[in-house]
Amino acid sequence: MTTFDRRHFISGAGLSLLAGPALGAAKSVTLPFGNGARPLVKMPQKRPMILLTSRPPQLETPFEVFNEGLITPNDAFFVRYHLSGLPTVIDPANFRLSIGGHVEKPLELSLAKLKRDFPVTEIVAVNQCSGNSRGFVNPRVGGGQLGNGAMGNARWRGVPLRALLDKAGVREGARQVTFNGLDNPALDTIPDFVKALDLDHARDGEVMVAFAMNGADLPFLNGYPLRLVVPGHFGTYWVKHLNEINVVDAQFDGYWMKTAYRIPDNDCNCLVPGQKPDKTKPIGRFNVRSFITSHTDGAKVAAGRLTELRGIAFSGGSNIARLAVSIDGGQNWLDAQLGEDAGRYSFREWRLGVTLPKGVHAIKVRAYTHDGETQPLEARWQPAGYMHNAVETTHLEAA
Amino acid sequence: MRKASIALIASAALLSTALAAKPVTFALPEESVPVDLADAEGEPVVNACSTCHSLEYITTQPRGKGAQFWKDSVAKMVNVYKAPLEPADADAIASALARKFG
Repeated sequence: MTTFDRRHFISGAGLSLLAGPALGAAKSVTLPFGNGARPLVKMPQKRPMILLTSRPPQLETPFEVFNEGLITPNDAFFVRYHLSGLPTVIDPANFRLSIGGHVEKPLELSLAKLKRDFPVTEIVAVNQCSGNSRGFVNPRVGGGQLGNGAMGNARWRGVPLRALLDKAGVREGARQVTFNGLDNPALDTIPDFVKALDLDHARDGEVMVAFAMNGADLPFLNGYPLRLVVPGHFGTYWVKHLNEINVVDAQFDGYWMKTAYRIPDNDCNCLVPGQKPDKTKPIGRFNVRSFITSHTDGAKVAAGRLTELRGIAFSGGSNIARLAVSIDGGQNWLDAQLGEDAGRYSFREWRLGVTLPKGVHAIKVRAYTHDGETQPLEARWQPAGYMHNAVETTHLEAA
Repeated sequence: MRKASIALIASAALLSTALAAKPVTFALPEESVPVDLADAEGEPVVNACSTCHSLEYITTQPRGKGAQFWKDSVAKMVNVYKAPLEPADADAIASALARKFG
């Protein structure tokens, strides 16, 4: 890390050099599934994070961070890339965002112009990787073997996409809007990472081109200087280093929409393990989830005394209406107290005091949304391991 | 107290504006060959796969998925992403992965 510090110091001369040459993994963690050993590494602008891959970088948030507050700090926010060709230098003075395609008047916006000429709004919203918790999928499936840390909740600040599209003037016949960032494939034969939203969704006023999270510029690894924020929707749509927005007059058929990130198109978005889907559709909104954050599996508590359980819940956009806790493995359920409502896209805190007799107890938490969605007691299965949201069980030993 | 915190906010804003004007650079971290692939059998795997991605993509996969899992993984790299591999080399890599991580 000495080298990193020196280079960072030199950056005062005109460059903000973010990278250290070595990851310097001194510690490791073991995620609770087979082959779950992972180093904790320090990448630029990040605290030590759980390393999934180094090229391109994929970092998972250590789970204890979720007990520190409802907002996930920028330096602990998860990182997920698809393509190894990360930009090596981004000059905010020369950076341009283009809005083009099927529009009346294509735009080329500098960061200064974006911030000055358009309305700026804020929203607190969870971003979660489609494959968050894939390591818990049973039977196991290939792909990024993540624990539960590929999610985070931030206050995003930026310009509503609608304002940009209105300024450019969407032409008659437009169907979708596509989003591309500065990251590029390692080989020309690998499809560039381009995502699409239906026009109505893109113009809903909530989808945002964000330039800040939690009151600071986006960290490089979270998409500096701009990223798309798609509240309630999986992270695959939250394109990082966003520099190209295109309105198209057909269904976009790029690889990352047409082939990748697809889910079974049936009522449960699930299959019998091993089965192949008849019909698929692009992944969309989060399904509802909840976690205990105050205690880890196997934690010890005092028997016969009040233990305060605490955690978080979130959904794809319907408010959390109820959080039920079972301290007897799912036979009986108690209502937890819900915390402050920071909006329907945010983490929602829950708390419940329980008194546990001596012994090991299987604590389960289950969230219900205003729209009546709840978590399945038994995990559903998808071939790509997306959307894992089964009721979590945390064992506590009261002694 | 109030005055002091306003001054602090103002200077923080100034600092962030000053920093924002500078180019931001990023370099990928150094990589090392995982122990599981650091032998003669692992060499073709390291050479082929690390063209596009670091090797944790391989070593973090679930174990015991069987030879077909690795055959399918290599086939995806060749057929979807057009990894420039001769069929015989792709087969050899899939077999090596199956033996090591099957």
